[in-house]
Amino acid sequence: MSTILTIKNLYIEAYSEEAWQPIVKDISLTLKKGEVLGLIGESGAGKSTIGLAAMGYTRQGCRLASGSINLDGVELMGASDEDLRLVRGSKIAYVAQSAAASFNPSHRIIKQHVEAPVQHGIMSYSDAQKEAIKIYRRLFLPNPEKIGFRYPHELSGGQLQRAMVAMAMSCEPQIIVFDEPTTALDVTTQIEVLAAVKEITEKMNKAALYITHDLAVVAQVAHRIMVLRNGRLVEEGETRALIKKPRQAYTRELLNVRSLREDKDQSDKMDVILTIKDVAATYTGEENVLEDINLTVRKGRTVALVGESGSGKSTLARVITGLLPATQGSINFLGEDLPLELKHRTKDNLRRLQMIYQMPDTALNPKQTVRRVIGRPLEFYFGMGGKKAEERIRELLFSIELEPDTYINRMTTELSGGEKQRICIARALAARPDLIICDEVTSALDQLVAEGILDLLQDLQNKTDISYLFITHDLATVKAISDKIVIMLEGKIIEQGEKKKVLSPPHHEYTDKLLSSIPEMDPDWLDNLLDERLDSFI
Amino acid sequence: MLSLLRQSPLSARIGLGIVILNCLVAIFAPWIAPYDETAVVGEVWETVSARFYLGTDHIGRDLFTRMVYGARNTIALAFITTALSFMFGSLLGFVAAVKGGWIDQVLSRLIDVIMSFPTLIFALMILSVLGSSIPTLIFTIALLDSTRVYRLSRAVAMDIEVMEFVEVARLRGEGLWWIIRHEILPNALPPLTAEFGLRFCFVFLFIASLSFLGLGIQPPLADWGGMVRENAGAITFGIFTPLIPAGAIAFLTVGVNMIVDWFLHLSSGLHE
Amino acid sequence: MKNVIWHILKRIGASLATIFVISVIIFIGVELLPGDVADTVLGQSATPETVEAFRRELKLDLPPHIRYVTWLKNFVQGDFGNSLANKRPVAELISWRFSNTLFLAATTALIAVPLAILLGILAAFYRNTLYDKVISTTTLSFISFPEFFVAYILIALFSVKMELFPSIAMIDPHMGLGRKFYTILLPALTLTCVVTAHMMRQTRAAIINVLASAYIEMAEIKGIRRLRIIIHHAFPNSLSPVINVVAVNLAYLVVGVVIVEVVFVYPGLGQLLVDSVAKRDLPVVQASGLIFSITYIGLNLLADVLSMLSNPKLRQSQF
Repeated sequence: MSTILTIKNLYIEAYSEEAWQPIVKDISLTLKKGEVLGLIGESGAGKSTIGLAAMGYTRQGCRLASGSINLDGVELMGASDEDLRLVRGSKIAYVAQSAAASFNPSHRIIKQHVEAPVQHGIMSYSDAQKEAIKIYRRLFLPNPEKIGFRYPHELSGGQLQRAMVAMAMSCEPQIIVFDEPTTALDVTTQIEVLAAVKEITEKMNKAALYITHDLAVVAQVAHRIMVLRNGRLVEEGETRALIKKPRQAYTRELLNVRSLREDKDQSDKMDVILTIKDVAATYTGEENVLEDINLTVRKGRTVALVGESGSGKSTLARVITGLLPATQGSINFLGEDLPLELKHRTKDNLRRLQMIYQMPDTALNPKQTVRRVIGRPLEFYFGMGGKKAEERIRELLFSIELEPDTYINRMTTELSGGEKQRICIARALAARPDLIICDEVTSALDQLVAEGILDLLQDLQNKTDISYLFITHDLATVKAISDKIVIMLEGKIIEQGEKKKVLSPPHHEYTDKLLSSIPEMDPDWLDNLLDERLDSFI
Repeated sequence: MLSLLRQSPLSARIGLGIVILNCLVAIFAPWIAPYDETAVVGEVWETVSARFYLGTDHIGRDLFTRMVYGARNTIALAFITTALSFMFGSLLGFVAAVKGGWIDQVLSRLIDVIMSFPTLIFALMILSVLGSSIPTLIFTIALLDSTRVYRLSRAVAMDIEVMEFVEVARLRGEGLWWIIRHEILPNALPPLTAEFGLRFCFVFLFIASLSFLGLGIQPPLADWGGMVRENAGAITFGIFTPLIPAGAIAFLTVGVNMIVDWFLHLSSGLHE
Repeated sequence: MKNVIWHILKRIGASLATIFVISVIIFIGVELLPGDVADTVLGQSATPETVEAFRRELKLDLPPHIRYVTWLKNFVQGDFGNSLANKRPVAELISWRFSNTLFLAATTALIAVPLAILLGILAAFYRNTLYDKVISTTTLSFISFPEFFVAYILIALFSVKMELFPSIAMIDPHMGLGRKFYTILLPALTLTCVVTAHMMRQTRAAIINVLASAYIEMAEIKGIRRLRIIIHHAFPNSLSPVINVVAVNLAYLVVGVVIVEVVFVYPGLGQLLVDSVAKRDLPVVQASGLIFSITYIGLNLLADVLSMLSNPKLRQSQF
């Protein structure tokens, strides 16, 4: 019998608004030894909840309502706390999304690694330590003999995540649940962790549940995929078959998310509206966080500013807006040199340069209505009030595809993520700007919602010739929306130019690394990449 | 608002009841009290009777009257002082948080220094030098207490200030006062309201303690803390008179704390 | 590690600076007494000659900054001047009383700290159960009560009604330790009630905070026993916040002692301070005020330093 996990008709409920509401509805799945099942869906699909339920665990405020969870012959539904405890860590292990939060900051890594096998009576302390070092080596962690003896805060994000994967392996469980293990990491770091996952599932023949919202990633590691939405199963099937021929419309939508858009006419007809020349900036006065920054933005065009965390792209946005004054160089906007500090700029300067943020939840004042949010810029810049303002607000709501009557009186907290981001766009548009800086505006949104936002932005650009400086770390978005690409690394611009030029070789070494790290929908992509890169691992 | 009340736990409602009762007594004191605040009307430490609902105090004044006026004096004084401390402390706290830079540094250092004095000792010394007139009391205690309000409102404002919607306002070109009034304040109200309750309790207890030590509200004005002090001798005779004003102090403080607890529970979301 | 030591030194420096500032304020504050000091103290015997002699004795004719420096120098050497009330050296007066106050505070701390931490841990562990709710309501009440209320209730109950313990805690140097404990039982109990309530609430909050961390969940998911999770994972990370709670409350204790000393007529520094303030006995007021302040600041400093040292992020490996 090689089936190791069987879940039948599982219902999980959460306590909200004084009642138990189902969040996972009638889910059934089977998992065989050595098999990897991908659970994919947007936020709220219930994938994490199911992953945790596989070990009989629910978070605070949730409960396993009904159904059966059979783990290698042991029924977990209704099992005693002690029975559950025996199974956890030893037969089934969990890799969380955030390694930094999941490690106890007071203890060394290796101590936490050996805790499970020692406590479960599987190995002695010294044996467990030896095994730990072996796994560290297998997962390509640098300095495997010594790294375990560090404290969590001394490791980098990617290293810590791999250490967590190693820790999950410590009892040699039969199943590992990977819960969005690479979502918080840079694209280039993600590769390291995916390689580790592949090593475990293929070479060490463990079964796994791989939870993610990224179809391209799950296509690399899973044999079968289950598509989930709002706690229900949408579709399931063998990976290659599902990707080639999805049966459900929803699955198709998820797959199409990275389709390209029409390219714009790249001629130099359009005027340059923003010129940044030789700009440098620093936070501390000693080290420069930005150096030698030179770039231009044309009217009606989108310049994508790409880089991983620490590249300086958000810093550059702050320099352009004047929040962090540049220490040298100049910023020329619409024909005039802007004062480098925010407080020296005129109202008109400020009006024509707007910004939209990553997290719509914190970019809107929760105590304000939609009318107030959009109305204030109208009042502040144009002195508009009363009827005129009301009309204009409705116009703007219409242009962001939200029904004015429904939304104008709502409090911002009542809206969904996508709706909130649209309001932020309307707020920026209300000022009639020439350039909008979009700082990771789709990174915090679900894929389909993000698609909608990108479509909207593109539409608006087509209609009004507004320019965007689009900051992102997601290369797929860049491919879709930009006219020009600027790639940053550690505060400097590595490469920039027209999209087509930058995306085709020859590349700067880093650009190459970056571009090749974007997971593609081809299930063989990761294997091919790893074969290529086998020597270049740090 | 009403729906909030309906959902409130028993303790919050009891607390609310206590506070309202005390406020009513304080406001309508002259109409409720049967005698004059300082009139001597009976023997020393008489027991409870129809003439004197709570008996008499150490020089023969009606205890019930003294309690009623004491409510008015002590509560009013505590309230005014808290309001003053609050306005002052939160204003400075908001400015420090939003302005940042050297203003924040200087203010915070200054407040740190004042905060590191033991409050009671400091108050004792100031009052011994300047005397215990009502304005001095209000000013001294408000000054000392505003440091804590400063700390809290600064922390609250900083939490709000890092949210992008404040930066949006900044980038728009909005001025300091506009940002404080429209972006910070509405979002700071929940924690600040809870803090007001807590500060009131502290100030109230503090004034009572000072009066108990003889340095607060001066006789013959009725004041609960002072009344404990005046009647303290009764205990040794087995007469429990001082427990009445002391109990009233405790009673009100418990009531306010219950409301504050409920408020904190509400605003922290459903953490528990 | 070097970083930490530097931070600690800075913190100590800040405290010393604060003590200096306080000493200046205490000095100036008392000097600002309205009316002439000499007149106030001498009262009826204030003839021009006695006033002159008085001034010379107190060195009031010297400029203020010289007086301040002299005063501070003497203070550091243990010379607090002479009491205006009874002409005796203030140091003599204070030392016994200060040790009494410390005795009372220490006794209270010995009972209160372990009790509060234990109750706080249990309340965090069993939160939202009946036990927790009962404890929470009780402590809420106690932190609302003024110390004198608790004190008088205890006196009413144990001294007057049941005649078990003395209502006046008059201890003298010749008492045996056992007798001393018996005498101060009520004041210590009073203080314990209030301080324990504060500490327990804060401990509970700190531990609940730690228990909500992701690494605690991770330990549970690894199948570790509950008890081990508490001892091995929760405890080391709770150390820092709990130590902070305890130290801050000890600092509060030093001040709360004053009221209790007055109620029970306990011969401690707090009662001396209150009496001297009433009598305008300047040297005593200055010296005791400064001593209280130093103790208070010192304890807060200890809280900060211990908190810094027990922060897990400060640990470093040698590799």
